[in-house]
Amino acid sequence: MSDTDTVEPVRSIRAPARLEYRFTAGAAQSRFLRHLVEGKILAQRCPQCGKVYVSPRGACAADGVATREEVEVADRGTVTTFCVVNVKFAQQVLTIPYVSATILLDGADIGLMHLIQEVEADQVHMGMRVEAVWSPPEERGPTLESIRYFRPTGEPDAAYESYREYV
Amino acid sequence: MRDVAVVSFAQLPNVRSEDKRNEVEMLMPVISEAIEGSGIPRKEIGFTVSGSCDYLVGAPFSFVTGLDAVGAWPPIQESHVEMDGAWALYEAWVRLQHGDLDSALVYSFGKSSLGPLRDIMVLQLDPYCVAPLWPDSISVAALQARAWLESGHEESEMAEVAARSRRDAKANPMAQLSEERDPATLLEEPYLVSPLRRHDCPPLSDGAAAMILAAGDLAREVCERPAWISGLDHRIEAHGLGVRDLTTSPSTALAGRHAGGTDVEVAELHAPFTHQEPILREALELGPQVTVNPSGGALAANAMMVAGLTRIGEAARRIIDGSATRSLGHATSGPCLQQNLVCVMEAR
Repeated sequence: MSDTDTVEPVRSIRAPARLEYRFTAGAAQSRFLRHLVEGKILAQRCPQCGKVYVSPRGACAADGVATREEVEVADRGTVTTFCVVNVKFAQQVLTIPYVSATILLDGADIGLMHLIQEVEADQVHMGMRVEAVWSPPEERGPTLESIRYFRPTGEPDAAYESYREYV
Repeated sequence: MRDVAVVSFAQLPNVRSEDKRNEVEMLMPVISEAIEGSGIPRKEIGFTVSGSCDYLVGAPFSFVTGLDAVGAWPPIQESHVEMDGAWALYEAWVRLQHGDLDSALVYSFGKSSLGPLRDIMVLQLDPYCVAPLWPDSISVAALQARAWLESGHEESEMAEVAARSRRDAKANPMAQLSEERDPATLLEEPYLVSPLRRHDCPPLSDGAAAMILAAGDLAREVCERPAWISGLDHRIEAHGLGVRDLTTSPSTALAGRHAGGTDVEVAELHAPFTHQEPILREALELGPQVTVNPSGGALAANAMMVAGLTRIGEAARRIIDGSATRSLGHATSGPCLQQNLVCVMEAR
């Protein structure tokens, strides 16, 4: 038997790697993030299909054309779908259970992901009307965290037909 | 084989740092320019394929966001290669051979400015015995340059390539680095990583490119002088640098033979480092009558994942504009010319 048959197999090695990257937000997303500091939610409208995108990425993903027209959308909208987070994970800042939801802001054609608070998790439902709770102006930055969360407005639920296209 | 041609090509001007636009905002104008240049309605393009690399962006599935620039609704037939766009072109060409589609959009994008490129490129090396030593991309190229010089060449040959490429790039508005320099004075500069001097290395570039392929009658209908692909082949060598002869490029030679890379007037060679151009010239048996890299090549603009497709686009452009009747585009991938693709095009 040769040495190659008797050697103790190496089962792992350590090869640490660290690479630092910059991120290019781009023109559309930069303008969206800057407007959050002002307490405004900026969207863009597609010149072909007319759909309003938030957050805007400068393009209509359906038509592949630049979306140059900017429109402000409301800071309130309708929950189109949601999930209740019951699992713990590292860097978790919220106490479980909490709710992540897709919110169709009034005037927008695409859902925005955010948290729903000030309501028991088991009370959140599709069609629920919610509004943004902003951070105080001096604490805002060019980040979606400038909106702390959304909370129920107390309005009657939106009819399913009004958001069925966006579910 | 079905006749397939390049009918349109567009590229962004290469820049050191495209810090105002994200990838989608970069791609939209260049994809639109290529599509409009082809005259084929966007929604009638049969197949879409892109080439890019998540490691450059530092984000998984970053190519998916690039699709926002295409208009993927109603759903389209789409694919992606984690390689230079030249290999996306290869996939498109194979796809068009199936015969059921007549056109394809090929695009690629790369931003070298987002991360430490010299270190990022280490991740393509053997992860067990080489990458943990972190030999950066210029050092790896320098290993090849040293081997090539020791096989009977002079540093002055490298300086000549640098001077000619940057001089030719002055006529290329898409180039990033162009200058008039005397090769002799270049040799007075200090080494960056011996035996490579700064001028032997490519610039760090951000860029994007897009190309439209069309088959048969459609190509003839939309383009006065299509660049017909008469041969397209790619070959790869072993991954380990130590098991290859770095002074020659047998994979290029083989791809060139299979693609029929003879009697070309113009060759665009993807040689990011100066010493790689003579290695490729020899592998492709290009004589002195062949004009090499009139665009300035990768030494003038080297957007990762884009520079290879751009070589083929530049070679195609010379057929389309009537300045050549037969041209060759070459692309490389991996360390030290590990994998090579040759695309031969002609007017008919």
